[in-house]
Amino acid sequence: MSGGVDSAVTAALLQDAGHEVIGVTMKLWGGPSDTGCCAVSDVLDARRAADKLGIDYHVFNFGDDFERFVVEPYVEAHAAGLTPNPCIECNRSIKFDRFLERAEVLGFDAVATGHHARLVEHADGYRYIARGADPKKDQSYVLHTLGQSELARLMFPIGDLTKDAVRAIATDRGLRVASKPDSQDVCFITRDGGRNDFLGERMTFTPGTIQTADGEGVGSVDAVELITIGQRKGLGIGGGGEPKYVVDVDVSEATVTIGSKADLLTAHLDVDAIAWTGPVLSGEFDVQTSAHGKPASAHLSGNRLTWTSPHRRIAAGQSIVLYRGDRVVGGGLAV
Amino acid sequence: MTTATDATPEVYLDWAASTPMRPEAVEAMVAAATGCYGNPTGSHRQARSARRVVDDAREVLADALGAEPSEVIFCGCGTEADNLAIFGAQHVANGVTVCSAIEHHAVLHSVQQLGGRVVGVDQHGVIDLDALTAALDDEVAVVSVMLANNETGMIQPLDEVAALVRAHAPNALVHTDAVQAFAWLDVAKLAAEADLIAISAHKFGGPKGVGALVVRNKAPITPQIIGGGQEFELRSGTHNVGGIAAMAAAAAATVAERPAMTARVAALRDRLADTLISTVPGTIETGERARKVAGSCHLCFDGIESEALLFLLERQGLCASAASSCAAGAQDPSHVLAAMGYSRELAAGSLRLSLGFGSTDADVDHALAAIPAAVAQLRGEV
Repeated sequence: MSGGVDSAVTAALLQDAGHEVIGVTMKLWGGPSDTGCCAVSDVLDARRAADKLGIDYHVFNFGDDFERFVVEPYVEAHAAGLTPNPCIECNRSIKFDRFLERAEVLGFDAVATGHHARLVEHADGYRYIARGADPKKDQSYVLHTLGQSELARLMFPIGDLTKDAVRAIATDRGLRVASKPDSQDVCFITRDGGRNDFLGERMTFTPGTIQTADGEGVGSVDAVELITIGQRKGLGIGGGGEPKYVVDVDVSEATVTIGSKADLLTAHLDVDAIAWTGPVLSGEFDVQTSAHGKPASAHLSGNRLTWTSPHRRIAAGQSIVLYRGDRVVGGGLAV
Repeated sequence: MTTATDATPEVYLDWAASTPMRPEAVEAMVAAATGCYGNPTGSHRQARSARRVVDDAREVLADALGAEPSEVIFCGCGTEADNLAIFGAQHVANGVTVCSAIEHHAVLHSVQQLGGRVVGVDQHGVIDLDALTAALDDEVAVVSVMLANNETGMIQPLDEVAALVRAHAPNALVHTDAVQAFAWLDVAKLAAEADLIAISAHKFGGPKGVGALVVRNKAPITPQIIGGGQEFELRSGTHNVGGIAAMAAAAAATVAERPAMTARVAALRDRLADTLISTVPGTIETGERARKVAGSCHLCFDGIESEALLFLLERQGLCASAASSCAAGAQDPSHVLAAMGYSRELAAGSLRLSLGFGSTDADVDHALAAIPAAVAQLRGEV
């Protein structure tokens, strides 16, 4: 239970279904936080929701694991010029690994979370994550790493509900979190300091050159690691002419390549370390490249996706999730 | 103390965290709450009646702590007493604060916030006196070393600490956090050399929300809470009359039964610790038994995570703890075991079973059934 309305209602629905339910909040991040699952006020909200429902409640400290499996790799990925998704890594290595393992050893049959996603059994005999019923809140993307072994022990009770319906249930049950705003973004990055301050305290940035596709130097940046593909502002290369966008970032060469809006588009995307939820597939997929992005269709052959129509370039390290209809069937990392 | 609730009997082995209130304390608290509602600083009959309750309590505490009544400063809790001692001594000498690495956070975080010096401990969790000597000089304002540690139960050599402070830091005050000690040890005797002594009522059968600091010989402490000048100008704020009365009642009962109770509980603790060590493989007892307070049984189980163990024990009706809980209620890694040189992995498997004046043979029996089974489950042996 994160302290939000989704996990509180999840607990309520499980209780209604007759399960023996224990609420748990994971303490993951000890540093500054605006929101997310780590702040003490969120623990209060979670504890009070559990009290209201009359279920036992515990806080488990996975701070060391979070540092080791989420925060350190996040910093290392940025240092290598990649754009990681720490929420996906947290789901994979903490929530649905360390925590799931803890639940099992303590004698529990399943772990349920308040993710807006559904768990479906397909005709092929495999379990899959499918998009949640509320398209605006769908969180299937961040669950793409889950395999058959995890899916057999998971439940997502609010996946069939819209957010409005979830809030209505919370109101009906007298849960104070019924109107609590949704958490935003990465729990360990604060709004004030942002990603730049967080990374700045943990790594040395590489100064670099801004160049055109032809290799002509047109400016410089203090930190190549903080430049993102598609970025237009903050490069200090304003002036006349057509708008310029970052189309490539290379930390090892310390270069940022800019180009026109058209240069941002590409025909292909190579995907590394693809993991399949069920059997290995190929052919046409709907491909989602960010947590809240719109999917686009592409053809997969080997590790190469060919977009049906030219697609914006994707930063290396981003999670690429492959859907068939509303089912997550696999995913990997953008090269 | 075993009480039948629902199907599972509740066995409480977390007396170092807090104790149930003694009947004498409840009685005193109710009597004060219902009998005298005046403000003790007033002048009329109701006020004087409340004042009398506070001053009666002050004498009881003074006797229990080996101090004069005018040296007992009532305050809101043990943490406040520790804070008053550390922050209140800042103006002494050059304001340098010193404490051991195993202090409760009420002392440790205060000293760290002031940029003070933290002195290490040996493998048994006893302050390193050579390191202490090295940390002492004319600039030191206060040296704080607890009488008994809250995790391991290890008793600290306070007389030796005080002698070193007098010899090497002549301006410094000696403070001792006796919060964990008072239930078990003759604080009046063992802290006779300390200038400042902190206690907390709920560790010995009193209520939560009341503590006291002994400030001996008009030690030059400055107040941290400013207002009406209560408590000899050292701690303003209207007295918690009921809480103070209850603390005194609990203290009197503690002192009266301490020798017999300590012997009885030490035997229970020894049976608990010895049996667990001999029946559960990979069990390490921290510190040295002979130098622990009677109620303390502190163990580390190799390859076990305390949080998971505590969860299973609670399912068996056993309430215990590990290190200190953070504000969120999660178990934090122990700074005490870290200071003693324990690896983070081994420290992560610590279990603090703390007994108290109400502990029984049945409690120990229950723990001896529940703990080996839970450890075996977590090790995948069942």
